[in-house]
Amino acid sequence: MKTFSFILSVLLSLSSNVFAEGDDITWNSTLKTQFFNGKSIEESNDTIDLEVPYRAEDPAIVPIKVTSKLAQSKEHYIKKIWLFVDKNPFPFVGEFEFFPESGKADLAMRVRVNTYSNIRAIAETNDGKFSMSKKFVKASGGCSAPIGANLDEAMSRLGKVKFRLDEGVTAGQASLAQLMISHPNLTGMQMDQITRFVRKSHFIDQLKVSFNDKPVLKAKIDIAISADPNFRFYFVPDRPGELKAEFSDLSCESPVSRDVCKNVGHYSQTYTVNP
Amino acid sequence: MKLLVCLSGLLLSFNCLAVPALNLSEVAPGVYMHQSNEHWPDRHNHGDIANIGFIVGTQCVAVIDSGGSPQQGMALRHAIQQTTSTPICYVINTHVHPDHIYGNLAFKTAGVKFVGHHKLARAMASRAPHYLSRADEVLNIKVNQDHIIPPDIEVKDSLNLDLGNRIIRLTAHPAAHTDNDLSVFDQTTQTLWLADLLFLEHIPVIDGSLKGWLTELDKLAKQPYRLVIPGHGKPVSHWPLGMQAEKQYLSQLAQDIRSYIKNGKTLEQAVSNIGINNPNQWQLAEQFHRKNITIAFAELEWED
Repeated sequence: MKTFSFILSVLLSLSSNVFAEGDDITWNSTLKTQFFNGKSIEESNDTIDLEVPYRAEDPAIVPIKVTSKLAQSKEHYIKKIWLFVDKNPFPFVGEFEFFPESGKADLAMRVRVNTYSNIRAIAETNDGKFSMSKKFVKASGGCSAPIGANLDEAMSRLGKVKFRLDEGVTAGQASLAQLMISHPNLTGMQMDQITRFVRKSHFIDQLKVSFNDKPVLKAKIDIAISADPNFRFYFVPDRPGELKAEFSDLSCESPVSRDVCKNVGHYSQTYTVNP
Repeated sequence: MKLLVCLSGLLLSFNCLAVPALNLSEVAPGVYMHQSNEHWPDRHNHGDIANIGFIVGTQCVAVIDSGGSPQQGMALRHAIQQTTSTPICYVINTHVHPDHIYGNLAFKTAGVKFVGHHKLARAMASRAPHYLSRADEVLNIKVNQDHIIPPDIEVKDSLNLDLGNRIIRLTAHPAAHTDNDLSVFDQTTQTLWLADLLFLEHIPVIDGSLKGWLTELDKLAKQPYRLVIPGHGKPVSHWPLGMQAEKQYLSQLAQDIRSYIKNGKTLEQAVSNIGINNPNQWQLAEQFHRKNITIAFAELEWED
């Protein structure tokens, strides 16, 4: 048994070496100070765990998932989760605020990954502690080839919203919701040295989900979110009511700076829930 | 004239004499095709993976796709000059993918018009920087913006080109394999150059719209073509039988994904679990099947 566990631990350490191909250069040189100056961040999967595919099948649509290890309660809860793709031209994916009413601070979405990179999720709990989970992903071209498949189709249904509660809802229980927003979420990355086509970035920047006017999820997001943003998260339907999504989009002059931007629109959609 | 071609070749850092003529066969009278033996682009084949060729009229030659590298473009040009003295008037790009357009520069001379789908230029603008940044590493070729030549003539619905006693009809398709697919029909021989709207051997690759592609296949199935040339694989003389494998793969994929969506399954679950009915029928399934699922799932979840 001892031999077995020894072998197992060797295998595990081997595999973790194999998978630890990403570097932390951008994190250490920029992101850490830019977003968490002076904070101490523990690298551990005890508070949240980040799941990403090791190889992205389509770099413009990489499904990622954060699983929280604690139930949200008034006493102890995850306040905020940040996501970064280190090597993206604009690494910030989003910051997501959770509440005791969220039930569970799990979060799944699809992101763009421009090149081989570490992806990292940092959680802040209400006691002011930070912890980070990171994974390496092999992908290439997610940001520079973003308006791939069918831009015109995406533009034509811009702002359309769908809620799905595929696992059903039970009163008082954390229930899974899926929010789908139709939006091309243009990165503005396509360099126009060839033709007349210039597309500025145009993306959803603010998102708020509430249930009966109590906040469930509040997010500040950016161009790394895939076209047709798709989020899975939890909420607690304590009684019949309305799940509501409100969001706005922004257009910026530069893909990698948020200094010169203008607001485009505000959108809102409700969905009746009967637990 | 030959000297001039050689000089421009040298300027492009190719040794004119070192570029042999491309291997072509006349698949129908006046319709020439180079069929690649390989499907996966790498540093050895330099992206020579697609079927490319030309059609000869009495006044004009129309090139259909210029190849996967500048070198292959030169080799195609060389082969055309060995085959006919008729001048090249048109270079038709069937869509934006590098294996079909990287040879363009070899044909950029006065009198040659580049022709493409009206969305080709946009696709080139958004895709080319990424393609170009990877070409050295993936294909071991040197390409830059000069090799990406947007169309002089944009096809919105359809367009007839007169090659001299020979009319070819170009059709711009709605989003299918890509959002900029153009097919070429030669009335003289009833040959349809379908390019990447038809895959044989090489698993179909979705980079546009699965639904759109299936709709186009249904339309195309009703036409009595004598010969259909795919973008990858051997020409098809039994139509629509020759599209059945592709159609089956794509419709099965659509059916499976719709059922996943309907049952509230996630993209991740679809990618891990949806298989292929006849996996041995296709090459490169490992490279493209899960990507196809991903892109099609993102499309189909918005269809109602």
